[in-house]
Amino acid sequence: MMDWIDIGTIADIPRLGARTVETHVGQVAVFRTGDDEVFALINKCPHKNGPLSEGIVMGRKVACPLHNWVIDLNDGTALAPDEGCTTTLPLRDEGGRLLLGLTPAKKVAHG
Amino acid sequence: MNAVSRQRLVVIGNGMAGMRTVEEVLARAPVRYDITVFGAEPHPNYNRIMLSSVLAGEKRIDDIVINPLSWYAENGITLHTGDPVVAIDTAAKTVTAASGLCVAYDKLLLATGSKPLMPPLPGLDLPGVVAFRDIADTDKMLAAAQAKQRAVVIGGGLLGLEAAWGLKRRGMPVALVHLMPTLMERQLDVEAGTLLQRDLSERGLHFFTQAQTERVMGETRAEGLVLADGRTIPADLVVVAIGIRPNIDMGKAADLDINRGILVGDDMATSNPDIYAVGECVEHNGQVFGLVAPIWEQAKVCAARLAGDQIAAYATPALSTRLKITGIDVFSAGKLAAEDDADEEVIFRDASKGVYRKLVVREGKLVGAVMYGDVADGGWYFDLIKGERDIAQSRDHLIFGQGFAEQGCCGGAKAGLDVASMADDSQVCGCNGVSKGAIVKAITEKGLTSLDEVRAHTKASASCGMCTPAVQAILSFVTGADASAPEALCKCTDHGHDHVRHAILDQRLKSMDSVRKALGWKTEDGCAKCRPALNYYLLCAWPGEYVDDYQSRFINERAHANIQKDGTYSVIPRMWGGVTTPDELRAIADVADKFNIPSVKVTGGQRIDLLGVKKEDLPAVWGDLNKAGLVSGHGYAKGLRTVKTCVGSEWCRFGTQDSTGLGIKLEKLMWGSWTPHKVKLAVSGCPRNCAEATIKDIGIICTEAGYDMVIGGNGGIEVRVTDELTRLSTEAEVLEYASAFMQLYREEGHYLERTAPYVERVGMAHIKAHILDDDARRKALYARFLFSQSFAQDDPWAERATGGIDAHEFQPLAVVS
Repeated sequence: MMDWIDIGTIADIPRLGARTVETHVGQVAVFRTGDDEVFALINKCPHKNGPLSEGIVMGRKVACPLHNWVIDLNDGTALAPDEGCTTTLPLRDEGGRLLLGLTPAKKVAHG
Repeated sequence: MNAVSRQRLVVIGNGMAGMRTVEEVLARAPVRYDITVFGAEPHPNYNRIMLSSVLAGEKRIDDIVINPLSWYAENGITLHTGDPVVAIDTAAKTVTAASGLCVAYDKLLLATGSKPLMPPLPGLDLPGVVAFRDIADTDKMLAAAQAKQRAVVIGGGLLGLEAAWGLKRRGMPVALVHLMPTLMERQLDVEAGTLLQRDLSERGLHFFTQAQTERVMGETRAEGLVLADGRTIPADLVVVAIGIRPNIDMGKAADLDINRGILVGDDMATSNPDIYAVGECVEHNGQVFGLVAPIWEQAKVCAARLAGDQIAAYATPALSTRLKITGIDVFSAGKLAAEDDADEEVIFRDASKGVYRKLVVREGKLVGAVMYGDVADGGWYFDLIKGERDIAQSRDHLIFGQGFAEQGCCGGAKAGLDVASMADDSQVCGCNGVSKGAIVKAITEKGLTSLDEVRAHTKASASCGMCTPAVQAILSFVTGADASAPEALCKCTDHGHDHVRHAILDQRLKSMDSVRKALGWKTEDGCAKCRPALNYYLLCAWPGEYVDDYQSRFINERAHANIQKDGTYSVIPRMWGGVTTPDELRAIADVADKFNIPSVKVTGGQRIDLLGVKKEDLPAVWGDLNKAGLVSGHGYAKGLRTVKTCVGSEWCRFGTQDSTGLGIKLEKLMWGSWTPHKVKLAVSGCPRNCAEATIKDIGIICTEAGYDMVIGGNGGIEVRVTDELTRLSTEAEVLEYASAFMQLYREEGHYLERTAPYVERVGMAHIKAHILDDDARRKALYARFLFSQSFAQDDPWAERATGGIDAHEFQPLAVVS
């Protein structure tokens, strides 16, 4: 079972930026790319738990603000040579409203 | 091409000497031989000289491979790695490897190098004792470094010092034991050796000189050394680096004439005319070899002979030595000291700057040079020694270096190498014997544009790398200014910082998109490296016009606070010149209480840091601080940070001027400015320099006569003492000159380049030309700085605490219960 929670609109998120959502599974970062795609990830870098929402967004990636690991927004994996993965969450755009799916999409062991 | 007529060349030894000879053979007679190479190590040919850089973490193994496996394939060379030759049958003309493989030869080349010299000490066979010779040794040392163990190095020559420094850089406590009273005694005189020991001691190495090792302690593994005088040095890793001896095993196997090394004649042939030998395994005219320059010469002669040349003859060239320890510059060539009455020594010493030079002159010619500290003129002296040039004309100025001796005036600080005045036959790369003329020729004829290309075509700077700046300077000189910044800004572009900055101005590019479009960026929205850089360059180029791109700022500059490792922030209000009031302190205390801020600390820049503030509390914290008159200290910014001061003439009995007041004026003038990297100032009220102005980006030291301005200092990872810019007589002048330098740095600095490397890169002469020599230029810089500041001095805290700017930054998008 997945709950789809209305968290706001895409206009609430700066382009090439992110906002956070407080949830029972922890803080979630919601990203908006230059092409207005949106992605939701647990707001922790697989390296040292840096808040990814504070990083610089480029293409479909974000650079962690603490040590510059680059995380793929699509699947949460760290760009080589770094290894690790952040949990992603499903996110839907329904009539301009962003709906966050609140059972984690997949559990991936941290590398 | 007739394959049948090809002869068989077998090379034993897959190292630098052997493969350089093969390269030279291929260049001269590409189809003469079928070539088979045997190597004992399981690697392709790599640059052994650079192992010390691998150890120090400056290079990776991949970076030091000279001939990758593809090179062997492309040149039709059969390579057997990890398979040492064990027998040579000179009658049947075959070699047999450990694997049993047997290969016939027409010509055999021995290039088996050397073995580490191991003293006859008890305990040397214990685990934990290593030599420093190959990749396997280096791996062992790195493993020990990772385990954070202690190391002791035996041997204070080039190799031992580089090993010790590499281990130190890897975080190990390192002691070094040396038999002689001073370090590198074969390359340096006593004075230079003593300076070297002093500088390395300051960097944390521990020295035991005149120390004879008695034995290695330990039962099952090395636990340290016992010296002959009874002292013990505990250690988990013992590195033996007292020297090398020629590896003559193959010479014995082939029954060749042998002394210390395998004996060769001027033609590089051994006592068997079908067997040649090169490199560290040979002995020529009673001499054995460890430096790369004579070995390259041997490779050249040997290859010529193998290619059919009947005349080529080897003679040992003059040698020079440099030490590869970052930040320590040592050079020597020829005689180290006067040997008799006919030799004269000329000595120059500047103890405070750590500069020492000694020249040895005989009968109007330079015959030796020892340099410590500043070695920029080493190549020039070496040329004079090798060329046996008559120096009678310039003898009196010779010690001050090329610029002075040839022009008779110093003309301010010399900014690097003067390429234009270098003779064409002047040697640039000592390892590979490449002259300036050869480099210029290759660049112009082959249209080379990058350092890597120049390396590939000429070999210049391809061995030890010490001459890289000189090769770079020549490349820039020949191809124009662009090449001086070959390093691309990031992976999104091939252009360097300078090119991008010029294009922004020349093409009047005023947005990040237009820069990326005009310069052919490879990515749509750049990356975390170029976006902040472009944002700054545009902000600096078009003050008042360009609108700051918030999403291209690092988080600290978005949140106007410093992110900490737990995701909380630190808040530092500005304290002008380090001066505060009871009311301000009360406000800070109240804020700390009200928001449960866990840590309050005084910073190194004379301010107070509130650590552990939650992001959502930041606007409210700032609001309360604002009410007490406190504004952002920009402790998070690539911009003006602090202006540190001492109390000066207002209180101090030594103070000569109002240093506190001047510091406050400077801070009020400069706060809010964005710069390539952070900028810190200090004003000291007298030469005792309590504000530590000589390690700041801009420092002012007050004297009775006025104000000394110094620039380009840094107290960070690599400490750099400032250079003196000028002496000024009024506060107004200080404000003008400091602003002019600030603006010059803003306009020319590469993003994330502090003033210390900036000053080193452009040179003091360049800076003086803009700020001292030309009043109009300085005043224009000052005016541009003031104009830029008119848009910069808004307190970012107030804008966010009460102005509602960037409110989304500090609140979650949603809270799901």
